[in-house]
Amino acid sequence: MKALGHVFKYGDNVDTDVIIPARYLNSFDAKELASHAMVDIDPEFAGKVQPGDIIVANKNFGCGSSREHAPLCLKTAGVSCVIAETFARIFYRNAINIGLPIIECPEAAKGIEAGDEVEIDFDSGRIYNRTKDTEFQGQAFPEFMQELIAAGGLVNYTNRKK
Amino acid sequence: MGMTMTQKILAAHAGLDSVEAGQLVMAKLDVVMANDITGPMALPIFRQMADKVFDKDKVVLVPDHFTPNKDIKSAENSKAIREFAKEQGLSWYFEQGKSGVEHAILPEAGVVTAGECIIGADSHTCTYGALGAFSTGVGTTDISTGMATGELWFKVPSAMKFVLKGRPKEYVSGKDIIIHIIGRIGVDGALYKSMEFTGDGIENLSMDDRFTIANMAIEAGAKNGIFPVDDKTEEYLKEHCKKEYKVYTADEDAVYDEVVEIDLAEVRPTVAFPHLPGNAKTIDEIEAMEPIKIDQVVIGSCTNGRMSDLRKAAAVLKGHTVHSDVRVMVVPATQKIYKQCIAEGLLDIFIDAGCAVNTPSCGPCMGGHMGVMAAGEKCVSTTNRNFVGRMGHVESLIYLASPETAAASAIAGYIANPEKVGGDRV
Repeated sequence: MKALGHVFKYGDNVDTDVIIPARYLNSFDAKELASHAMVDIDPEFAGKVQPGDIIVANKNFGCGSSREHAPLCLKTAGVSCVIAETFARIFYRNAINIGLPIIECPEAAKGIEAGDEVEIDFDSGRIYNRTKDTEFQGQAFPEFMQELIAAGGLVNYTNRKK
Repeated sequence: MGMTMTQKILAAHAGLDSVEAGQLVMAKLDVVMANDITGPMALPIFRQMADKVFDKDKVVLVPDHFTPNKDIKSAENSKAIREFAKEQGLSWYFEQGKSGVEHAILPEAGVVTAGECIIGADSHTCTYGALGAFSTGVGTTDISTGMATGELWFKVPSAMKFVLKGRPKEYVSGKDIIIHIIGRIGVDGALYKSMEFTGDGIENLSMDDRFTIANMAIEAGAKNGIFPVDDKTEEYLKEHCKKEYKVYTADEDAVYDEVVEIDLAEVRPTVAFPHLPGNAKTIDEIEAMEPIKIDQVVIGSCTNGRMSDLRKAAAVLKGHTVHSDVRVMVVPATQKIYKQCIAEGLLDIFIDAGCAVNTPSCGPCMGGHMGVMAAGEKCVSTTNRNFVGRMGHVESLIYLASPETAAASAIAGYIANPEKVGGDRV
């Protein structure tokens, strides 16, 4: 599986309240949520994001609330992958569970800038910055999580085990 | 190799003699909880896996975030979980009027106890670690799976040990201690880890202090926060909970990534400045600054809406009047606490001072309804997060503080030192 897109770049501690503010959580309609994605940190994001685009951020991406609405709105908005130095743990689980690819890679988080065109190979964890012709190696998922992702998320994985 | 308290609970629930940090385990769940934001979203996912919940006594639903319902969509969401609770015959469904904020009502009603493995689709589920349980927040798909199967995968966390020593001074409580800790280690200082609290200072902390501290473990990125079970815990459980419980203790040779010592007597009233719970400033640092004028004060939430919190706030407010530029909202965390406030005359104190007293709910904490702020407004709040836009406009500012600091600030009109009740700079 591969991804290719342009980068939206953010800093440390991007929290779930700015990814999808609580005032929109009276709905769990994925498209409606996607229309408000990132609104409190980047009001232009939802209008600009194209299918395949990639979010790159620094430390502790997705900190705060357990709202699965956060990875869901990013996935539905067209985000193909989030690369960060580190992820907050509930966001990390939620992203895997709903099938939003995420990669921890501090070097890529530093070496990629907003607007760069980036290619990702999920099988190898290789991140290639086409704009700058630089390459990074993301951390591979543990085997169990690869199984989860290959199954298409936790629901399918659970159903298969029955 | 020795195990931490968290590791022992996870091992027992995974049916293993021992586990170590980093190991992936499938653990049995004692309580699976969701609210009116995460619960409705979980139902269609749950139905892809099962028709009936794994155990009607272990799946808990609490409508508390947008209740009493603020609009049609939130009313539909509450209706969905209400009907689901009836259809499934759930033993624990907390309806408005008999309810409260999830993390206050579950311990109070005896739904959670020591030694359990608990998940909740709310990040502050880590609160129940105060009772000596492993308890952690998860998302909707995880909670749906837990409801259907009664088990969930966990990566066994490594741990940081916090050795609490001594006795906190007057006007210093659980909130000051946890903001102090997050200020020291950072908002990702315990990322993926357990925060295990130990030390002789714990005996000087009330159960409410411990709930407040465990509640905000997530604000340091932790998977869970956990306290040992002592006489105070057992007394609390005896009063509130009929379930059998099990006491786990960390092994002497348990491995910790880091040990942090905290002298509770040295902790000052501490406030977290916008926009991170780790932006800690002591009241002495704040007093050295230009006064920070405020527009709103919120006293309540799963962090600080318990009985001792409201008693402390009322003690500061008694005989005073809220500053003319400030709006104050007091939100008792449960109906029982609300009623106790009436019995003890606290509601008279709040209302005579000029506070609005609201029905138990998450209320203003996450800007959903009640107490939403306009651009440029500032709030001193006893809640747990001060993120951008958390309580309304992206240009509003939240300062996290203890109930006593919040009450003192309400009187002064700026962030004030509770030791000087009302402050003397106005």
